Amino acid sequence: MPLRDVHMPDRRRLIPLALMLTGLAALFLAWNLKAPVEFILTLRVGKLASLVVVGAAIGAATVIFQTLTENRLLTPGIVGFDALFVFIQTALVLLFGGSVQAAIPPLLQFIAEAACLVAVSLALFTLLLRRGAGDILRMVLTGVILGIFLRGLTSFAQRLLDPSEFAIVQQASIASFTAVNSQVLTIAGVTLILALGAALWLAPSLDAAGLGRQTARGIGLDHDKVVLAGLSLVALLVALSTALVGPVTFLGLIAASLAYRFCGTWRHAVLIPAAALIGAAILLAGQFMFERLLGLQSSLSVVVEFLGGLLFLFLLLRRSAR
Amino acid sequence: MIRIANLTVMRGTKPVLTDLSLRFGHGGITALIGPNGAGKSTLLHAIAGLLPATAGQVEVEGRDVARIRPEERARLVALLMQSDRVTARLTVEDLVSFGRWTYHKGRPTARDREVIAEALSQFDLEGLASRQIDSLSGGQRQRAFVAMAWAQETPWLLLDEPLAALDPRHVRDLMERLHGMSRPGEGQRSIIIVMHDLPAAARYADRIIAMKDGQIVTTGPRQLKMTGAVLSDLFETGLDVVQVGGGDTVVPA
Repeated sequence: MPLRDVHMPDRRRLIPLALMLTGLAALFLAWNLKAPVEFILTLRVGKLASLVVVGAAIGAATVIFQTLTENRLLTPGIVGFDALFVFIQTALVLLFGGSVQAAIPPLLQFIAEAACLVAVSLALFTLLLRRGAGDILRMVLTGVILGIFLRGLTSFAQRLLDPSEFAIVQQASIASFTAVNSQVLTIAGVTLILALGAALWLAPSLDAAGLGRQTARGIGLDHDKVVLAGLSLVALLVALSTALVGPVTFLGLIAASLAYRFCGTWRHAVLIPAAALIGAAILLAGQFMFERLLGLQSSLSVVVEFLGGLLFLFLLLRRSAR
Repeated sequence: MIRIANLTVMRGTKPVLTDLSLRFGHGGITALIGPNGAGKSTLLHAIAGLLPATAGQVEVEGRDVARIRPEERARLVALLMQSDRVTARLTVEDLVSFGRWTYHKGRPTARDREVIAEALSQFDLEGLASRQIDSLSGGQRQRAFVAMAWAQETPWLLLDEPLAALDPRHVRDLMERLHGMSRPGEGQRSIIIVMHDLPAAARYADRIIAMKDGQIVTTGPRQLKMTGAVLSDLFETGLDVVQVGGGDTVVPA
């Protein structure tokens, strides 16, 4: 019997996604372009890049996270990333004042925030996974509790701020894609490409991890090592996106769910780039509709969060109805 | 050869296996029998190196399973688990190909494809190769998982209740196949099976290991150890071994 190549991922599904993203990008840049063209284009390219970097990072991170936790409802946001980010922002303003926070060069601020997020999440992962990656559920729950704790702490700290400082924190706590520093964006873009490369290198191991911890170990996968490597990538990708624009909790859930549905495969060599492309496309399409078609200045992340939240409830209810 | 020396495995503070010493020689089928909670599955997991020993040592082909790398371990011992469940939407062929993972790490060679095709044919799965695992009956799934373990091409094949979801015809088919594989010849496998199907154990096993409360009650050739007295004592109910059609079977006493 001729066997089809079972382990060769069918990447053709990525072509329409890549074409869609390219089309959206072209539309985003060229729509209603008036003089001064160069100036407007520079602004648009910056915004486009930040949307693509964030969407791709969150999409890819969510697929990896869901495979490692063996749960397609969880997102990295659930383990308290957003809470930690807002806490860092608040602590900075509280300790050094709004003017000092504003005076820190954006690049330094980005690197420090990303490093801090990665360090805290890696500490959480290694500390909690010391007894084996079988305890991944415990890690998730601890993340949820830590998130609640940090939110409480943040809200207490915010009471101590004066109104103008509070406004600075408030602004930083909602994802915003406008006016991202270009130097920061370059660093974020390069980091994203490296992280996606590492994720694709890890893809066959993630495929095996998708069988579940016990079976995966039975066929010779060093499951603990793969979990740690995968979670490190998730930490890096989410930290990157959060430090760049702020917290986006549910975008990943939408991107990952659509990637599974559209690609119909378990191969991470396809799923990871697909979720990255879809994540970027969602943000780009959303921003385009908001800004250009509806002429609204409303925050895109609010709508993405709303739709993502609805999808989460839908998936949850469908699962419990089964 | 598998050598187990003074093996103790605890779950929390409760001992599941206590100071157990055993040797398994090459070839044949060894049936692990005993009541629920005797520690049979724990013993299989410990041999496969998937459960750490609290004390003692397990050696497979002279190598301490606690110290070898996972990919090397998966070339020595393949384990079919009781609760093999996969959330990913895999076809039968995808699943069987994962049995070769330790060799190809996601990039299969011609040799891997050959073994996958052979595994599908060995376990009568050619017609089901492109079916999704979650669309199969319990028995078909079970065969697919056994085929995956077989595709690992290990000298040792450990099967935890492979007969659980099978009807009598498939029990017979599977046991005949396993029996054939365990005979001397090219590609001979040494098979250890946890089984509750005592008639199947009485018919196909070469060797019996009876366990209770985390300890070995008795071990030896099936003809000597599979007796009414041993089984009745082990399961705390009256059982007898009788000859039917030239083979042994187990009936209530």
